[in-house]
Amino acid sequence: MKVNIIIFGQMVDVTGSSTLLIENVSTTDELVEKLHLQFPAMATAKYAIAVDKKMIRENTSITNNSMVALLPPFSGG
Amino acid sequence: MEQHQAYERYQRQIILKEFGYEGQYKLSRSKVLVVGAGGLGCPVLQYLAAAGVGTIGIVDDDLVSLSNLHRQVLYNMDDIGKPKSLTAINTLQQLNPQVQFIPYNTRLNNQNALGILKSYDIVVDGTDNFSSRYMINDACIVLNKVLVYGAVSRFEGQVSVFNHEENGKRSAGYRDLFPDAPNEGEIMNCAEGGVLGVLPGIVGSMQANEVIKLVTGIGQPLANRLLIYNALTNQVYELGFSSTTQKVLSEEAFLNRMYDAGCTSVQNFEITNDEFNALLEEENITIIDVREKGEVPLINGFDHLQIPLSQWPQKISSLEGHTIITFCQTGQRSLKAASLLFDTFGTAKKVHSLKGGITRWLNHQ
Repeated sequence: MKVNIIIFGQMVDVTGSSTLLIENVSTTDELVEKLHLQFPAMATAKYAIAVDKKMIRENTSITNNSMVALLPPFSGG
Repeated sequence: MEQHQAYERYQRQIILKEFGYEGQYKLSRSKVLVVGAGGLGCPVLQYLAAAGVGTIGIVDDDLVSLSNLHRQVLYNMDDIGKPKSLTAINTLQQLNPQVQFIPYNTRLNNQNALGILKSYDIVVDGTDNFSSRYMINDACIVLNKVLVYGAVSRFEGQVSVFNHEENGKRSAGYRDLFPDAPNEGEIMNCAEGGVLGVLPGIVGSMQANEVIKLVTGIGQPLANRLLIYNALTNQVYELGFSSTTQKVLSEEAFLNRMYDAGCTSVQNFEITNDEFNALLEEENITIIDVREKGEVPLINGFDHLQIPLSQWPQKISSLEGHTIITFCQTGQRSLKAASLLFDTFGTAKKVHSLKGGITRWLNHQ
């Protein structure tokens, strides 16, 4: 199972890329855990998660080829 | 101004069948408050003034500086050092003298916000910091105002419409996207992270467009939707979100909230009884009694943990909650505990100590 991740804002500084492909995760909790292992700086960062263009709040199941977006807040004006 | 001149000025939008005379009339009767006359505020103000919004309030306490000019296109070299709110109005009045402009050469805070916002139909957020954004979001909830949100960073911008009433229900707000303010230093602002000058021009224009749609009732506002624009790729990404944690906020709770807590000195841990009571209404809070076993009075008015200071810091690393508040008898030991928490968590958690201790708090209830 493959999940496409799209990363916004300054979170790209942490991941090094605005897109990632993560395999073998079936829920957003598993995905977050895997990402935090891979990118420890993400563990303390604030960001919102969207699955297939819908913002989520709770653990959500991910299907093959789901598109997950990670959005940190920014305040510039 | 004569009728025919007014028609001539707005003729190109009046002839749009969706807009018409009715749209122009609605605009002329509308009152819009623009908070922040910077990168986002400049294009918002220019297009709203040009379009014929009846009354435009401008809140900004900042002065024009040279580093503003690459994106804040209302200002020129002669304006450097002058107040933005007043300078913007000088330029805008020449663009459209039919508009009534009201300057607020002050910084919006939770003490003056309700008084300023209440006279307006729509609020536009063009500020440049998180504490203002959360405060404006909350003020709009208290007053039931629709808020047109925009933010930029580097090459990326966000636009949305918060708290818009449709079929008796208010659309989601900033706290539905990001429930808590980030801590100081966690996210870079424009001064640190940089911003492409044209980007706030694009995002601010989108905000002006949302305002005009809301006033005239045409199109679909970006309610419950977040639009993300990338200037480098020209990709537009749209996300749906809904109201989950948004709740009714009382005026009293709003006035007692600490909006600069996460954004000013992190070493200033102490909170007053009123601030403590306001925090009790929030979620994701852990409260700790740091007194030793057997100390009285026992507290049962709110949920809390009991971790005597003598057992610190072994037990604190696993603490949950985004905000931790400590209390003791007089506020001395809890201050020490707050300092230990800060040493452990840094800015990852907000840490407070109840000033004056639980005895003073009990006397005030």
